[in-house]
Amino acid sequence: MNGVHDMGGMHGFGPVQPERDEPVFHHDWEKKVFALRFASGAMGKWNIDMARHANERMPPAEYLAATYYERWLNGLERLLLERGVVTRRELETGRSDAPLPAEDRARVLRAGAVDGVLTAGGNYRVDQDIAARFAVGAAVVARNIHPPGATRLPRYARGRRGVVERDHGVFIFPDASAVGGRKPQHLYSVRFRARELWGDAASAHDAVYLDLWDDYLDPAQPA
Amino acid sequence: MSRSDHDHEHDHAHPAGSRFSEVEVRVKALESLLVDKGVVDPAALDRLIDSYEHRIGPRNGARVVARAWTDPAYRQRLQRDATAAVAELGYGGAQGEHMVVVENSARVHNLVVCTLCSCYPWPVLGLPPVWYKSNAYRARAVVDPRGVLRDFGLELAGDVEVRVWDSTAEIRYLVLPERPAGTEGLSEAQLAELVTRDAMIGVARAGPAPGGKP
Repeated sequence: MNGVHDMGGMHGFGPVQPERDEPVFHHDWEKKVFALRFASGAMGKWNIDMARHANERMPPAEYLAATYYERWLNGLERLLLERGVVTRRELETGRSDAPLPAEDRARVLRAGAVDGVLTAGGNYRVDQDIAARFAVGAAVVARNIHPPGATRLPRYARGRRGVVERDHGVFIFPDASAVGGRKPQHLYSVRFRARELWGDAASAHDAVYLDLWDDYLDPAQPA
Repeated sequence: MSRSDHDHEHDHAHPAGSRFSEVEVRVKALESLLVDKGVVDPAALDRLIDSYEHRIGPRNGARVVARAWTDPAYRQRLQRDATAAVAELGYGGAQGEHMVVVENSARVHNLVVCTLCSCYPWPVLGLPPVWYKSNAYRARAVVDPRGVLRDFGLELAGDVEVRVWDSTAEIRYLVLPERPAGTEGLSEAQLAELVTRDAMIGVARAGPAPGGKP
């Protein structure tokens, strides 16, 4: 999706402004959004790519004006509705019309399980014997594609040539898993020279590395 | 940068007569719905918040860095399989399932960003600071990394190679900063004190040594 979330290379946002002695959260409502989102997600009604894509579908003008946790809140409401956890009416009234179905209640994250869930994390690697399309050292070009759904291929790399630096192994493919599909494939660290991406004004020494899947890449003549 | 990039500065509209802002009201309504419906356990929410406020933060990553500075065999394991090496110190899990450590040197400087959202290695650094999630950082880190580093007061020589790591997948990156000069006599715990969050993202150097020049 060519959304405003795909920010790499944009101008006009001004300097980066670090805050001294920044707290982990600035407001109690931010803590709640973080925890509500994590706990709801742990039920397994959506995966990480669905969650990211929910944030990305916030209307662009709103997305740009929103803070990080406002985006999370908007995405959480969207996920709860789309995945059928709550109804529109419940969201509007803030009152439950029906308890969670019994089969879902068993999947609710309980306090005693939190530490274990944090330690276990997710598993995005796929233990499946799938051939790699590229070897380390191969010259590749990122495809010039513009999928309207979820994708993790930033616009600034599309059509640009790079070199495979590392094969991370077989991973779930976000474009598919964001819509509940499965298309596991090799994931690579691909090095792009800064000048290939940004032209001659960039430093001749610098490079940007992106993690890209087989379906984002074609073979290329060396850059 | 727009003021809205800084949520601590962000003024939320307060509906007339309410001491709560609109977003606070919305979050309270959502929380009470999800608790009432049985989707979330309030005690689990508290445990999650407490974990990231008090248990999981950049002191974890600092221990990894200090160990790598003092133990060459550990440093090798970190290069070969960072996920396993980080787990040796007891860290891992959510948003750090697949770790890669990138090393700074006199020749190479690494910088980590996520241009598409705000991916960040939680088990070793905790939750990301506001600036890391800001539109400004996400936009500029890839196109103008040296300018971003100048925003942090770090000026790199022209012949240093800047490597920017855009976290577009589930691989999470931790920068291993250079060990500051003059720290030969320090213990691993003392060294860990010199390792800041910013140094492990790549927008600062570690150190300096106590009493040393910055």
